[in-house]
Amino acid sequence: MSIILDKVNYVYSEKTAYEIQALKDINLKINDGEFIGIIGHTGSGKSTLIQHLNGLVKASSGGIYYNGQDIYDADYKLKDLRGKVGLVFQYPEHQLFETTVFADVCFGPRNRGLSRKDSELKAFTALRSVGLSEDYWYRSPFELSGGQKRRTAIAGVLAMEPEVLVLDEPTAGLDPKGRDEILDLVAKLHRERQMTVILVSHSMEDVAKYVQRLIVMNHGSVLYDGTPAEVFAHYRELEEVGLAAPQVTYLMHELRKRGIPANGVATTLEEAKQSIMQAFSEKYSEQKATHWQ
Amino acid sequence: MLRDITIGQYYPADSVIHKLDPRTKLMATMIYILSLFIFRGLAGFAAVTLGLFLVILLSKVPIGYMVKGLKAIVVILLITVIFNLFLTPGETLVSFWKLRITEEGLRNAAFMTVRLIYLILGSSILTLTTTPNQLTDGLEKSLRPLNKIRVPVHEIAMMMSIALRFIPILIEETDKIMKAQLARGADFESGNLVKKAKAMVPLLVPLFISAFRRANDLALAMEARCYNGGDGRTKMKPLKYKGADAAAYLLAAVYFAVVILLRSFM
Repeated sequence: MSIILDKVNYVYSEKTAYEIQALKDINLKINDGEFIGIIGHTGSGKSTLIQHLNGLVKASSGGIYYNGQDIYDADYKLKDLRGKVGLVFQYPEHQLFETTVFADVCFGPRNRGLSRKDSELKAFTALRSVGLSEDYWYRSPFELSGGQKRRTAIAGVLAMEPEVLVLDEPTAGLDPKGRDEILDLVAKLHRERQMTVILVSHSMEDVAKYVQRLIVMNHGSVLYDGTPAEVFAHYRELEEVGLAAPQVTYLMHELRKRGIPANGVATTLEEAKQSIMQAFSEKYSEQKATHWQ
Repeated sequence: MLRDITIGQYYPADSVIHKLDPRTKLMATMIYILSLFIFRGLAGFAAVTLGLFLVILLSKVPIGYMVKGLKAIVVILLITVIFNLFLTPGETLVSFWKLRITEEGLRNAAFMTVRLIYLILGSSILTLTTTPNQLTDGLEKSLRPLNKIRVPVHEIAMMMSIALRFIPILIEETDKIMKAQLARGADFESGNLVKKAKAMVPLLVPLFISAFRRANDLALAMEARCYNGGDGRTKMKPLKYKGADAAAYLLAAVYFAVVILLRSFM
């Protein structure tokens, strides 16, 4: 599996008074099994970019290749692409419409032409994966809580068994526990199903904790593309474009300023903890050594 | 795609017409429309044309915008012309196969076309120079007397304002829902009429739920800010007649009188 974006540009409302260039000359290659995070200020083009990945939006210029095939080719079936690149929008619970949770999750596979039995099997598996209790499966989706509705919506996309899972701010509006649940679920899917996952997020902490590759969007262009450690090392530049580094990274820099050899590129709580413990144990053993002399 | 639709055609400008009270404009438009169906003969036609173009000039709206509205009625115009040309009895001018064009037919076709075009242009001026909210305010104030016969004027006006306000919001919501369902393989394009209608369900159900949710939230928000219906409610921008309105009413009356008088010159 690979997705290649070649010199992709996108202009909204072309040739009108409201013309905006949302994407400028994007060149990206998404490899099989990657866990990618996309961050950027509001209006940087993140949502526009991901809608190009499943062909919902057509690039104004440039090419997009899924597994080497040009998705803008006249014979290419975009409907098939949408089954392979599953896109979960922000507040996905707004797309629920069926009379029962189970029926809603079957919608995706049914649209792909699967028989009722096969669709139901896929729905069953998907609902199990998202951890929604069977007690809720035959209730109206509108009776569920916000977090449960969201999991139903995600199951609805998983039921299509996509190769790539793209999530646009999956934790928006959830409490901390809900956020952890959703992100742990996504991480689990990446691990167990070797799914390629693309996560659009506003939370630096979330992306730092889970992703292997981080793409930073700025005014329609790719600003940085590397590991979280590499990207967050540029925290001053990130601040200038309306983003930041994880809180932990700032803490580490402050500690360094005060003479504690903490690791300045720590981006997660775990890395920071290790680094601080290391730094203090070194300092302590130094003190111990001088004390005994 | 859907976000390119602009509701209402309001064209902001600093003109005499824009500054008139919306009630004046509503009344003037009604008088104008009446005059369109009353005028007779070339003299009447001249009077109506003069009145219309004077207002167009004063409104400072580019002609291009006015003409846009005409696109919508091209079909009706064509049908009108054809019907009047070929089906009016009278002295034959031209004939081929079984079709005859009469002098009466020609005259009728011409006048009806002009009436329709002038009708659209005149109403366009109203919507081009008055914002939807001004229009609902104007309607609310003019229809106030109906309160005496238990017509809920304030409620109707409030409903209209809220509806107008929510059109762009709901259009955006429809766009989002459509994309989300497309991402799950929904197909809104292929199939016969029945299939297409069924395909609307995943679009309409979430849309309705969303609309109800918003309505609920809005009601709570309005109540939280002490909204209690129209009784004793004051307005931030109360409508007050000014000198220009008096002049406008006067001119409209004179115009109407002239049109009626010119009928007898035929």
